[in-house]
Amino acid sequence: MSATLREDVERVAALARLALSEEELSRMARELEAMLGYVAALERVDTRDVPPTAHVVPLATPLRDDTPAPPMDPALALANAPESDGSSFVVPKVIEAEEEG
Amino acid sequence: MAAAPLGTLRECREALDEGRTSSAALVEQSLARAEAHAELRLFVRLRAERARAEAQAADARRASGERRSPLDGIPLAVKDNLVRAGEETTCASRILAGFVSPYTSGVMERLEAAGAISIGTTNMDEFAMGSSTEHSVYGPSRNPWDPARTPGGSSGGSAAAVAAGIVPLAIGSDTGGSIRQPACFCGVVGVKPTYGRVSRWGLVAFASSLDQVGGFGRSAEDAAHLLDAISGHDPRDSTSIPEPAPRCADALDGDVAGLVVGLPREYYGDGIEPGVQGAVREACAQLERAGAKLREVSLPYAEYAVATYYLIATAEASSNLARYDGVRYGHRAQGAHTLSEMYRRTRSEGFGAEVKRRILLGTYVLSAGYYDAYYRKAQQVRTLIRRDFEQAFRGCDVIATPTMPETAFRLGERTEDPLRMYLSDIYTVSANLAGIPGVSLPCGFSQGMPVGLQLLGPPLEEARLLRVADAYQRTTAHHRARPPETQ
Repeated sequence: MSATLREDVERVAALARLALSEEELSRMARELEAMLGYVAALERVDTRDVPPTAHVVPLATPLRDDTPAPPMDPALALANAPESDGSSFVVPKVIEAEEEG
Repeated sequence: MAAAPLGTLRECREALDEGRTSSAALVEQSLARAEAHAELRLFVRLRAERARAEAQAADARRASGERRSPLDGIPLAVKDNLVRAGEETTCASRILAGFVSPYTSGVMERLEAAGAISIGTTNMDEFAMGSSTEHSVYGPSRNPWDPARTPGGSSGGSAAAVAAGIVPLAIGSDTGGSIRQPACFCGVVGVKPTYGRVSRWGLVAFASSLDQVGGFGRSAEDAAHLLDAISGHDPRDSTSIPEPAPRCADALDGDVAGLVVGLPREYYGDGIEPGVQGAVREACAQLERAGAKLREVSLPYAEYAVATYYLIATAEASSNLARYDGVRYGHRAQGAHTLSEMYRRTRSEGFGAEVKRRILLGTYVLSAGYYDAYYRKAQQVRTLIRRDFEQAFRGCDVIATPTMPETAFRLGERTEDPLRMYLSDIYTVSANLAGIPGVSLPCGFSQGMPVGLQLLGPPLEEARLLRVADAYQRTTAHHRARPPETQ
């Protein structure tokens, strides 16, 4: 397994907001290598001038009338929150200290 | 003494219509049987009291001459990824532990309107990512045919609950085979409808361009009634097909005379277990004896389907699962000092290994510098796979394949080798990539384990597939076989 791949996994884990242990990092890098090796088969396919498919159903963007309707009750929307205060979700501080950055 | 297995939907309905049983009695039998088979770990929670109350209401309706639908008063089971107001939905994940939905999914609304009674939610691979129901925070489900084996996945609990006679019907979801594969491994009928046929409103998203809700029954006829109950337009799902769904149950006339069944030459090559190959070939011969014509067709890009699928599915999953951040619902890591630390710890604690694996692959293929090489390339190959099917269906009415190249594997056998687990999805993922409907139905046994025949059809032709499956079942008995310990 290349050192680059391990760095890639660390970079991607940071993007995905996942903290991986050393052991997880090694395992994931190994598995990513196997998967990338497998999907490399697609390189053989000639896709010049082939449009990508994002969705299989040919739909026009569905439109609806802009009709006012009651929103979800804020108490209901907050009912699952791990921590809330009045009408707000409470989270740890957003501005991080130097060592976090 | 365990409660006796429930009959098919048809048998339950006839017993209700003739006054030989009540909805309350059926629900009690269902609950008792679920408890008696707790060791199979098919349910993550039972809704006993609510189900009993709903059964009483159904019996009252019946007494007053009202019948909402063929499913009125019938017990069923629902995969743990469809939300229902006031009830817990967790997708078998720690990160959604304790989540109580503020609203009800489109599918559950339709089932309620039909009078169907959910006795509980079923075990699954976490966020529907898996082929064995082993990636569940609740532990693995077991196959009623052999408890040392997997029921398949990700809708393994739903498929096995039908196979074990706990419920006549169950709801699942299928992103790359998650209905058809467990239906195959458990010896029941599983239907994955056309993309857009059934509402995804309130289905917890895995891969939004591939996910579709469908169901399980012991016969094609039962599955048709279930599909009829949940199909149709839902304006809250912007990919929902804006037209009424024709009733599949009305299309079951037993007639396959002149029907052309396509056999893709790429699907009958090496790597199929001989017993599976034999059973599937015999099923096709049976259709031929019933008047259908067999014709070889070709799907040249079939070999690229699994690679294409895992790139697209993981990319979409990495995006969809970004919402689990510990802020609005679900698990939150304790003691984090900053928001970003809270995100990282919450997600690391809340997701299991398979979900992390797929989020990482998906994030990788969408990340700067790799997008064109992987994600865009996969979407282009997806177009070629769709065109394969369009071309094939110019020469046949349905396509018949093995659902899986093998029968149910042993628990623990593949968990250390994710790629090998993915490769077994070779016959199922194409239908999701192309958006077409697929049905798996039991067509015999290989070394005592059920074998599945997969039927694929053009978009919106669920009724055709179920008509063929029903015609097959009228002249064969494989779908009536029961797991040994549940007879």
